[in-house]
Amino acid sequence: MTAVAIEDVWKYYGDYPALQKITFNVDRGTCLALLGRNGAGKTTLLRILAGLSRSSKGRITIFDQDARAESTRRQISVLGHGIGVYEELSAMENLLLFARLYSLKDPHKVAMEWLERTGLARVRDGKVREFSRGMRQRLAVARAFLHHPSLLLLDEPFTALDDRAIKVLQDLMKSALAEGGTIIMSTHQLREALELATDVALINRGRLAYRGQRTREMLEDPGWLYRHYGEA
Amino acid sequence: MSFLRQAWAVAAKDLRSEIRSKESINASVAFALVILLLFSFAFDPTSDQVREIAGGLLWLVFAFAGTLILNRSFARELVNDCLDALLASPVSGAQLFLGKVIANFLILLAVELACLPVFTIFYNVHWTQSIWLLFVVMLLGNWGLTVIGTLFSAMTVNLRLRELMLPMLVYPMMIPALMGAIQLSSVLVSGEPLAADNQIWFRVLVAFDVIFTLLSLALVETVLVG
Repeated sequence: MTAVAIEDVWKYYGDYPALQKITFNVDRGTCLALLGRNGAGKTTLLRILAGLSRSSKGRITIFDQDARAESTRRQISVLGHGIGVYEELSAMENLLLFARLYSLKDPHKVAMEWLERTGLARVRDGKVREFSRGMRQRLAVARAFLHHPSLLLLDEPFTALDDRAIKVLQDLMKSALAEGGTIIMSTHQLREALELATDVALINRGRLAYRGQRTREMLEDPGWLYRHYGEA
Repeated sequence: MSFLRQAWAVAAKDLRSEIRSKESINASVAFALVILLLFSFAFDPTSDQVREIAGGLLWLVFAFAGTLILNRSFARELVNDCLDALLASPVSGAQLFLGKVIANFLILLAVELACLPVFTIFYNVHWTQSIWLLFVVMLLGNWGLTVIGTLFSAMTVNLRLRELMLPMLVYPMMIPALMGAIQLSSVLVSGEPLAADNQIWFRVLVAFDVIFTLLSLALVETVLVG
């Protein structure tokens, strides 16, 4: 069953084609590692999938609906380069805000549950600006998983995470997959990504260079894909 | 109800952040008070001329002080990419916009209320006779300024020179609302009753508020997402 269908997607920034003729599907319950060099177009594609930007041409459907539809956004979660939490608010207030925006039942209970899962319960009333980098990242993870999303869009999820936050994120990603969730993640950290991934897509200068299942060769030699399908 | 509840969640978040950081309200109040104080030295407070221009001066101060608040409205969402987190949530562009307008409206209203006593003392005006009408004009004018200012704040949020671009773009658009508010305030602070020919300015203010609120709610999704 298809979770994400990308059909002939193009994105121009002025005259520059950041994405060209991207077409592929992502099935439910799979974890797709979106690979490519810097500037290949991975973030652009993820932003279009997240409904944060519109494609210049082509069509994207998520769970058979438009990417910007409200019902789609209830089912997806985005964790990008920024942590997406407010510095002046406390950890609890940040999670309460997003619980309310997602119209979750009993926002206090849900927020408290996620603060405990990410080890932030004891600093629940502390302002985010007073948090260490690792604590902020764990709060960002809690914010992203708060509404139990069916599709996770992760842009460089392991970059700048401390060991504890990486462990928290990996465990949550594994349990999301076990529950039938779908994950699309862009990353440069090939080994961590390929360990979790069931599928791989390689983007090269805005074009889809490879799309297939993750193989044993890729796991044993993460550079293999770039050597065979990447830029010369 | 869900539409308003989520808009209020955004507004409450902005108000809480502003109350804690005071980053725009302090600058806005200080700027407004200094301008009112400086202009009071330029005019003789006992002259009739001052009463004639007082309404205009008051609204120009509100408009200038307002842009300091409006500039921060969407810019504060850039820290930690919070705007992306909001746009990826089920909140529509219209809900996000309405929440921001409500927060900006209340912050600017607080600045205006802080300015009124200073304005009364330094310009020797008698607005207390028509306090309720003046308050209605302030609400209508304030809503007009914040609606149009918040929309342009969203448009300019990703520009490098947004602090410069916002006033350049927004002041010409504010002219009808400012004209209405200035005309009505000038009459009210001079202690005169509103004549029948002043009613047109009330209609201008109401029409401006309704048209630009609806237009902004319809356009903001395109402004934010493209």
